[in-house]
Amino acid sequence: MKLTRDRWMAVLMLLPSVVLIGVFVYGFIGQTAWTSFSDWGRVSSQALAVDPEIELVGWANYRDLFTGFIDVRFRQDLVNTFFFTIFFLAGCLGLGLGLAFLLDQDVKGEGFFRTLFLFPMSLSFVVTGTVWRWMLQPRGGVNVLPTTVGLPAWEFRWLTDRTQIWRFDWNALPSMTGLLVAVVLAGVALSSWRDGRRRRAGVALASAALLGGWALTLGRDVALLPYPQLHGFNVAFVGIILAAVWQMSGYTMALYLAGLRGIPGELREAARVDGANEVQLYRHVVLPLLQPITLSAMIILGHISLKIFDLIFAMAGADNATTDVPALLMYLTAFRANQFSKGAAIAMVLLVMVAAVIVPYLWTSLRGETRR
Amino acid sequence: MLRRLLTLLAVALLGLAVAQSQIEIFSWWAGDEGPALEALITQYEADHPGVEVVNATVTGGSGVNARAVLKTRMLGGDPPDSFQVHAGQELIGTWVVADRMEDLTFLYEEMGWFDAYPQGLIDAMSTDEGIWSVPVNIHRSNVMWFVPAKLEEWGITAPTSWSEFLTICPAIQANGVTPLALGENWTQVHLWESVALGVLGAEDYDKLWTTELAFTDPKALEVWDVFGQVLDCTNDDAAGLSWQQATDMVVGGTAAFNIMGDWAAGYMSTTLGLEPGVGYGWAASPGTNGVFMWLSDAFGLPMGINNREGTLDWLRLVGSAKGQDIFNPLKGSIAPHFESDLSLYNAYLKSAAADWQSNEVVGSLAHGAVAKEAFMSDFATVMEIYLATGSAEGAANAAQAIAGQVGLGQ
Repeated sequence: MKLTRDRWMAVLMLLPSVVLIGVFVYGFIGQTAWTSFSDWGRVSSQALAVDPEIELVGWANYRDLFTGFIDVRFRQDLVNTFFFTIFFLAGCLGLGLGLAFLLDQDVKGEGFFRTLFLFPMSLSFVVTGTVWRWMLQPRGGVNVLPTTVGLPAWEFRWLTDRTQIWRFDWNALPSMTGLLVAVVLAGVALSSWRDGRRRRAGVALASAALLGGWALTLGRDVALLPYPQLHGFNVAFVGIILAAVWQMSGYTMALYLAGLRGIPGELREAARVDGANEVQLYRHVVLPLLQPITLSAMIILGHISLKIFDLIFAMAGADNATTDVPALLMYLTAFRANQFSKGAAIAMVLLVMVAAVIVPYLWTSLRGETRR
Repeated sequence: MLRRLLTLLAVALLGLAVAQSQIEIFSWWAGDEGPALEALITQYEADHPGVEVVNATVTGGSGVNARAVLKTRMLGGDPPDSFQVHAGQELIGTWVVADRMEDLTFLYEEMGWFDAYPQGLIDAMSTDEGIWSVPVNIHRSNVMWFVPAKLEEWGITAPTSWSEFLTICPAIQANGVTPLALGENWTQVHLWESVALGVLGAEDYDKLWTTELAFTDPKALEVWDVFGQVLDCTNDDAAGLSWQQATDMVVGGTAAFNIMGDWAAGYMSTTLGLEPGVGYGWAASPGTNGVFMWLSDAFGLPMGINNREGTLDWLRLVGSAKGQDIFNPLKGSIAPHFESDLSLYNAYLKSAAADWQSNEVVGSLAHGAVAKEAFMSDFATVMEIYLATGSAEGAANAAQAIAGQVGLGQ
């Protein structure tokens, strides 16, 4: 590989970006990781001192977060994030797809409606959060709407609701996840059998049986905590999901619209010639072709929802524990309670969660590109 | 064109030459509370011409945002010349133990402040190694607000103990009125500390913060039991209301009582235009008559600042009766200085000042006087555990665990 002038120029062009990213992204990630293994902040005299004495304490912070008595809030935050992600993704993808279908029907003023649905995405989360906070005030806002037609006002408490549904014990997590994965594997086995790939079906079925068996027997005895701890879906999140879906469904709509337009007309014609009605057309031709779009939308929206902070901060405030999320807890732990190492540990957990979503996607998409 | 440019340049250079020095005052007094600070700054600039005061505020009630900004500045080596802080453990537990503040004993001796403030206040602002802040105002936390005309209408009087309150609670509810108006999260901690003071009394309450009394002690457990019963007498939609909206409920007649600090008096007098004693009345929160639960905004002297002399002048103004009498009537609080001129204050503040000078004083938990920031931040989790489970033991265990983990009282 000769270092021609062109190559030199290329290296020089990239060098500033590489250095900046190396320092400000990976360097800081490394420093946060180091802080999360330290005890900075546990002793209040050292937390904000000019020359703090910090020792490395290994996994203590992580142990506290996942098994500590007081950190029930963190574990509930993880559950909150899980439910929020699921409903946010379902809402955005579903609503986006629906809007894209409607706009694809050659309506008049399509350009106007497209812009209208896309507008919320141009707002920042803080603006959306503030506007929706006013609208979801229990004593005013949307609860007053029925009174315009003479009906009694709604009583739903929106963001201030304290009820929690779908409660489960934290100690039941291993067996529940095992069971879920077993069901998914069984589904894979079924579809492989239908496709005629016997060996793959066999392996999947065996794994499903093994995992399911473990989940129902030994998995039940795995105790993550020495006492039962109930977690569930906080109904207060409904308002936040509403605001988030309102903001981001325009994005998925734009993606799907582009995807729908990209499906060649000949494919649809061919399907119609083969005798497919509209429903079958969408189910067997259009939707499978939209899969890559669904995947990339899921990745982008997924990583937004895992790290969400400003929407919750603007809508519910930092102190509303029922709508807490890990990013918000990290802010409170580090900057209010001065426990920097624990805040760093929460940050690292967030990083691992987002990396688990993004890295496989990048790996497969980049691998696909280089193969070409 | 060139002439204009040259004139502009000359003016700029002149301005640069004239602006000799400045001090930067960091606070969260923006919005409604801004005018009081502005008045102090005007007085300072009149007393010290040539020193410019940079008014650096960060909005956000009770300093929730300002504190985070302050931390990044201090850790980054760019301390403001002086910053607003709640006097007591909020300053000591965060900045004093980190060796970032200067001892102000010399200033107290110079200005004779050891005789000007109550001993309880000075003790709360001190450690073994000195005194760390100069208070500018005193707010009272354990006040119960009501409308006298409404109480007469319902035939009740302000209760003098929590058991009395719980007795009249059903009768008030029968009238379709909420006995106690409550607002969002921090107002619940505010209510809790009044309940704790009423149930435990001043001495045991103080013992909680020196860890002489454990949170799991039966006496402390009783606080949670009473608190739970009191919560049953509050409005359902508390979590969605600001403290002003809770006060509005009392003024509007949909609630009978509200426990709030005496900034509510400022709100009712100034914003709502009510007359103290006529449009609204007050009493010590049940069971705390004779005890003044204080919280205080104060300024300290950080180390490594630019203009130490200018800042000391600011502290001298802020701690003097004259400075406090400029600030407090506008703020709606009272001056900690014994020589404050009470004629400048309205009827409520006069009565508060009289109580300040005669009552026993204890510090507030919700406003940073008695417990360090780490404890206060985690106390929100304790409150959450209680509200979610309704179990006094669970909350007490959590509080005890947190006290141990953050080193409360050390």
